[in-house]
Amino acid sequence: MGVDVVQIRRRGWGETMRRDAWWIQPAIVFLILSSFLVYATWAAFQNAHYEYGNYLSPFYSPLLFGDSASAWFGPKPLRWPALLPFSPALIILPFPAGFRFTCYYYRGAYYKAFWADPPSCTVGEPRKGYRGERSFPLIIQNIHRYFLYFALIFLIFLGHDAWKSMWFTDEVGKTHFGIGLGTLLLTANVILLGGYTFGCHSLRHLVGGYLDRLSRNPVRKTAYACASCFNRVHMRWAWCSLFMVAFCDIYVRMLSMGVWTDPRLF
Amino acid sequence: MTASVSQSIVESGQRAAERSDASAGGVAKKATFKVWRGDSNGGKLETYTTEVSEGMVVLDAIHQIQSESANDLAVRWNCKAGKCGSCSAEVNGMPKLMCMTRLNDLDLSEPVTVEPMRAFPPVRDLVTDVSWNFEVKKRITKFTPRAPDVADGTWRMDQADVDRVQEFRKCIECFLCQDVCHVLRDHNKHDSFIGPRFLTYTAALEMHPLDTVDRTAELKEAHGIGYCNITKCCTKVCPEGITITDNAIIPLKERVVDEHYDPLRALVRLFRRKSQ
Repeated sequence: MGVDVVQIRRRGWGETMRRDAWWIQPAIVFLILSSFLVYATWAAFQNAHYEYGNYLSPFYSPLLFGDSASAWFGPKPLRWPALLPFSPALIILPFPAGFRFTCYYYRGAYYKAFWADPPSCTVGEPRKGYRGERSFPLIIQNIHRYFLYFALIFLIFLGHDAWKSMWFTDEVGKTHFGIGLGTLLLTANVILLGGYTFGCHSLRHLVGGYLDRLSRNPVRKTAYACASCFNRVHMRWAWCSLFMVAFCDIYVRMLSMGVWTDPRLF
Repeated sequence: MTASVSQSIVESGQRAAERSDASAGGVAKKATFKVWRGDSNGGKLETYTTEVSEGMVVLDAIHQIQSESANDLAVRWNCKAGKCGSCSAEVNGMPKLMCMTRLNDLDLSEPVTVEPMRAFPPVRDLVTDVSWNFEVKKRITKFTPRAPDVADGTWRMDQADVDRVQEFRKCIECFLCQDVCHVLRDHNKHDSFIGPRFLTYTAALEMHPLDTVDRTAELKEAHGIGYCNITKCCTKVCPEGITITDNAIIPLKERVVDEHYDPLRALVRLFRRKSQ
């Protein structure tokens, strides 16, 4: 269909008639996501201080390889590229990173904060051309549901880590139940990540959203209602889980480095 | 109508107006408005000052300006109740219904800017030509119900199945979501993207329990759903509070992924076809 739409002059980059501080939100998103990206990359390359007693940093879970005795398959994969410094986190982190990168909420947030596309609602953009998620490279965002499958598997590992964090070994080698601050943090981490994952838009679609007549399938109807419930506050789950996963790594790292000690509640 | 009845209606209206003034506090003060004046050849913001009082909305102020100092100011309006979707404009840079934007929610120490919607061609002053939207609607495959469920030609639906689409039926077609969408507003993709309003309309058809048509191919190609990059601006400005992005656009994007971007599903479909 031929369309001849004549608009009022296109606004330049950052130009707007808005009078509120529209730039604060994208600036905060930029700051937090950049900080997380820098810290996570640094932590992933450390290959040290990721474990303390029964606590394992979520950046390194599941511990497929590594110098730790709890590594599943030994110290290092045989065919690891010589030029790339080895760290067990590098094997697993691409999956949760991909899950967040392709997440519908984060997409909207970082397109604004990092790419100014748009910088905020009704604020002028720096570029005239626009391809959206219709062609390469952003068409790849449609892979999100595959990252979701991995994220669901990771929840099982992180749940197991939280369980393990409740069992402490004393000086004589006897294991007994206990709760430390680390236990609470690792448990909160898996709960927050669960809330974020179960509210995923793709999960909401896959468990029942794709059906037009949900009432004929009560199990899917309930699953869809649960996913919708989590989805309503998806943004909050996304940020809380992001903070917690980074803080859990910092907590375990500081314990391992001897900067602080783990308070035992019982 | 008898004279006494007419008189009674007039008096009733006067009493209502007095009550309205009393509840508004009746404290009048001056406020400045910068209103876009022009047409398709261009225009500029003209400054007007008028007396405003508590309880007034932007549309009231525009009408006052129209009667006091700009008799030729063009503005489209109808219900003054946020239900007809006629008085859409940009107030202080954000798409809003003028009749639902209260002046006491705005900072009146600075001039309030009132502009027409930028995603559509200006006709005159605050009036834009939104006819493109009606043309777009014609391009969407119509509702095609399955055969009637019972002999009398009627259907049976579970309320749970129509709950989801009823949210989309709240739309008043004010086109504020179309206006705020940067794909239309800044990138002028009117020929290849139908915009949030019509993605919501398509979602209402696509998710309807009686509908039998698969619109994913047209969503992907002709309707350009891939242009949406989930800024959620449409949801923010919707005066009816429709969760456009999360409940309409993203579920449609997922349906498009099912049909066009999911290799596992494609494989399953292939095997199913072969086994048949």
